Amino acid sequence: MLTPVSKPDVVLAVIAFTAHLQRVAPSAPTVCDAATVGEALEAVCADYPLLKSYVLDDQGALRKHVAVFLDGRMQPRETALSSPVVETTEIYVFQALSGG
Amino acid sequence: MSDRLLVCTRKGLFDIRPSAGGAWGPHRTHFLGSPCNMAMQDPRDGTLYACLDLGHFGVKLHRSEDDGETWTEIATPSYAGVGGEDPPSLKLIWSLETGGLDQPGVLWAGTIPGGLFRSDDRGSSWSLVQSLWDDPSREHWFGGGYDKPGIHSICVDPRDSNRVAIAISCAGVWETTDGGGTWRLGGEGLWAAYMPPEQKHMLVAQDPHRMVRCPAAPDHLWIQHHNGAFRAAAGISSWAEVTPQPTTFGFGVAVHPERPGTAWFAPAVKDEYRYPKDGEMVVARTTDGGESFEMLRQGLPQAHAYDLIYRHGLEVDDTGERLAMGSTTGGLWTSDDAGDHWTAAEARLPPIYAVRFV
Repeated sequence: MLTPVSKPDVVLAVIAFTAHLQRVAPSAPTVCDAATVGEALEAVCADYPLLKSYVLDDQGALRKHVAVFLDGRMQPRETALSSPVVETTEIYVFQALSGG
Repeated sequence: MSDRLLVCTRKGLFDIRPSAGGAWGPHRTHFLGSPCNMAMQDPRDGTLYACLDLGHFGVKLHRSEDDGETWTEIATPSYAGVGGEDPPSLKLIWSLETGGLDQPGVLWAGTIPGGLFRSDDRGSSWSLVQSLWDDPSREHWFGGGYDKPGIHSICVDPRDSNRVAIAISCAGVWETTDGGGTWRLGGEGLWAAYMPPEQKHMLVAQDPHRMVRCPAAPDHLWIQHHNGAFRAAAGISSWAEVTPQPTTFGFGVAVHPERPGTAWFAPAVKDEYRYPKDGEMVVARTTDGGESFEMLRQGLPQAHAYDLIYRHGLEVDDTGERLAMGSTTGGLWTSDDAGDHWTAAEARLPPIYAVRFV
């Protein structure tokens, strides 16, 4: 589970990143105003500009060995970025065990 | 002679230097734990560059302006906006070279999946060399070892910075004489056993594993090819086959900085096996343009050695006397007498992708 965070009324999803990305990503779960996983990522990348290239490739696709979970369910890589998020959604971005 | 060697490994970048006793060992480490497949120092301004392949999180490029004290992550070549049936994405910065001495700030990067990139601002931004990417022959390019084709050798002509030769696995050897505006395919004389017999001389099907150019005689180039070793004496157009001993297969080749007829190879049993013949490590040296080869083995393991030298794993310094060689099993050797005698580094290193003198 994510570390509990207090959510202001207007905030939607919470996004958290694997500790492997701590050098380029927020170290704690972050609340963000977004309708999809992709929008949540964009919102975080505004403050952490290096993060984007670690999670997405240069065509803007989710990297092959990055796993996205929404409320505990791993998302298909092809559609993960467009997956809708709602007020209570918890997004985890992990390093997949595939890829070595 | 150069007293500093950048060693790019599966577990980071090692700055290796000679000790008082003569053997070389780690002086500093950078990016420990992260795969570093290429690095270099720009001789024009001293800047260090390191290419990381983080696997899950992609390819990264770092720059240091204080000789490795601190590093800054900078832009990588990008295929954003490049379309096609299977839109390309950067898989590896396979080669990284500086432009000419009269081109401060210019860098060249050869990548997998096959794009050549140029930077005019020390790597802060990159542009795809569109003319090469758009060449109609690219539909015939194919991967060699990797899924996609890649550019591993970039040879800037020291007489003319706009003349740049490159080698691609697998798409043969190419040259521009106008700084990348137009390209021509060379390689007559190369041949490919992995092609149907009637296509074995097809220029764009050649797999040069590594190409090097003699700085003092830039029309002289050497190739270690998938199917043998080759020498060119008048630019990339025409090549003659030579026969290193004990085998003609391998990846690495180095050429003497002043004597174009002197070159070194790191032979291995051919393609389906890839280890030193009989488990004996040997460097093959010619000093007569490939007419004959000596097998140099003093100081190298001569029993149960299964070290393969990758294409960027054999280097000679600016004097032509000091050599370095790093292997897939982390072996690192140096020589101060052009390969006659070798000394193992005092370290058990990770698998080595590249060695570069500073």
